[in-house]
Amino acid sequence: MITVTDLRKVYRQGKKEVVALDGVSLSVPKGSIHGIIGHSGAGKSTLVRCLTLLDRPTSGSVNIDGTELSSVRDSEIRAARRRIGMVFQHANLMDSRTAAGNVAHPLELVKTPKDKTREKVAELLKLVGLEGFENAYPSQLSGGQRQRVGIARALASDPDVLLCDEPTSALDPATTDEILDLIQDLTRRLQLTVLIITHEMHVVKRVCGSVSLLAKGRVIEAGELADVAAELDSKLARALLPLPAAEPIKGALQAGPVLEILFSGESAKEPVLTGVARHFDIDLNVLAGSVETLGGQQFGHLRVQLAEDVDYEAVMGYLRDRGISAKVVDAAVEPSDFAPETPDFAAETGDLK
Amino acid sequence: MNEIFSNPVLAKALPEAIVETLQMVGISAFFTVLVGLPLGVFLHATAPGGLRPMPVVNRVVSDIVVNITRSIPFAILMVALIPLARLLVGTSLGPVAASVSLSIGTIPFFARLVEACLRDVHHGKIDAAQVMGSTRMQVISKVMLPESLPALVAAATTTVVTLVGYSAMAGLVGGGGLGKLAYNYGFQRFDVTVMIVTIVLIIVLVQVIQLTGERISRSLDHR
Repeated sequence: MITVTDLRKVYRQGKKEVVALDGVSLSVPKGSIHGIIGHSGAGKSTLVRCLTLLDRPTSGSVNIDGTELSSVRDSEIRAARRRIGMVFQHANLMDSRTAAGNVAHPLELVKTPKDKTREKVAELLKLVGLEGFENAYPSQLSGGQRQRVGIARALASDPDVLLCDEPTSALDPATTDEILDLIQDLTRRLQLTVLIITHEMHVVKRVCGSVSLLAKGRVIEAGELADVAAELDSKLARALLPLPAAEPIKGALQAGPVLEILFSGESAKEPVLTGVARHFDIDLNVLAGSVETLGGQQFGHLRVQLAEDVDYEAVMGYLRDRGISAKVVDAAVEPSDFAPETPDFAAETGDLK
Repeated sequence: MNEIFSNPVLAKALPEAIVETLQMVGISAFFTVLVGLPLGVFLHATAPGGLRPMPVVNRVVSDIVVNITRSIPFAILMVALIPLARLLVGTSLGPVAASVSLSIGTIPFFARLVEACLRDVHHGKIDAAQVMGSTRMQVISKVMLPESLPALVAAATTTVVTLVGYSAMAGLVGGGGLGKLAYNYGFQRFDVTVMIVTIVLIIVLVQVIQLTGERISRSLDHR
């Protein structure tokens, strides 16, 4: 269990003060994975540095299973750090050490006996699926294998919290999924508390139970994945259930009002659209749609166009009665903030500098 | 060929000169690495953004000690350090005495090379080591030095090659060795055979050092 309360970090640049973290709070229970998503400049790196005590927060607290990290004395800082295992974007392995040597590194620091180290290293490499690679140097391993070594190394000091900083951002899609599945599997088996910092929505969708959206040093949206996805107007929902950019189909229907509909959970099981068509005796066109299972629940996000003369207020009322959010929108689909291939939305959330 | 073996100077003085040169290079290389390596680590660690930034101390050591020593032409430094050599080893003559000024002349050079090698260690590796709970000394001994070892060996090789050149110069002011042989007999007495033989020997020595250093450096490099 990790609890971060009102974390602030202010840097001084000459006479100017730069607020990198502006009251960040989050709480992640044991055995679950929390995603922190945001752009470069949102404060992700600062958050990582504060959580690992590479930087001292200006104020606020970081608490792991009842131990307050932000107030430990300098002499205890190293012991405190060992409670957090860290996985880096580029693994950051030592090139001069073999896979086994890299995993043994944290154990050497506390003078673990040789035979015990060897045993533990073998066990950890097996855990991450790298049996037989003990003597391989990082340069002889693939990106995914290197990241596996990085994960094994992070687990060597038996941490309570696994902090992953963009763990898959340098990997191809298939390897990304392998690494994410490994992290998920380890979380369950070792009852870890996992924080994944990322700019990829895919990572959040695949493994996170809850998520925080960080912008300008603040958490602007947060919650269980299933809850945030159900909010039609939230940035996270739009990013989790993105609609492809699509022009309204010309000529198919007279240009009527366009509705955006979000159904989740129980309502996702009902045949809503045909229900609307039958009830009002109208036609409708699906312009764009996205259907996903998030946090174990079914979600659908649709954009439909009605015929011009339809009473859309009545349609929306019908939908709301069935627990489905709906709103009238402009026909053109705005791309989502976190469109998978274009993670560039700095204009909206702003840059720190 | 016959000239080489029949040359009285070579037959008499060459073996001794070779030993003296190897002595000078060996002794000063040993002390250069012994002092220059920690000095380079110190320069890197105390620099701004280093493991333990100490701006004032760093400025003093870096600018005054290292830069000034490196600015003085070696020929002048060598003469200036004769009293120090006499104080330390009791004489200003011979390869051991020459090693004093040779070491002092090359320590700052090597320290700068070490500093540059350490600066090239990727910062992510140092972050990783700190996050896993390393002390500063552990970061140096378990990350920075092992990770830059191939580069450090290459730097040491460059330094030793430089020492061979300096040792020839040191020969002129009493150090002995191949440099003295080449200068006294080859240059001043116009003995071309002596000149050529000594120069070829120095070239061979430099080649052997360079090739050995490169081979060791490559065998240590796992990148």
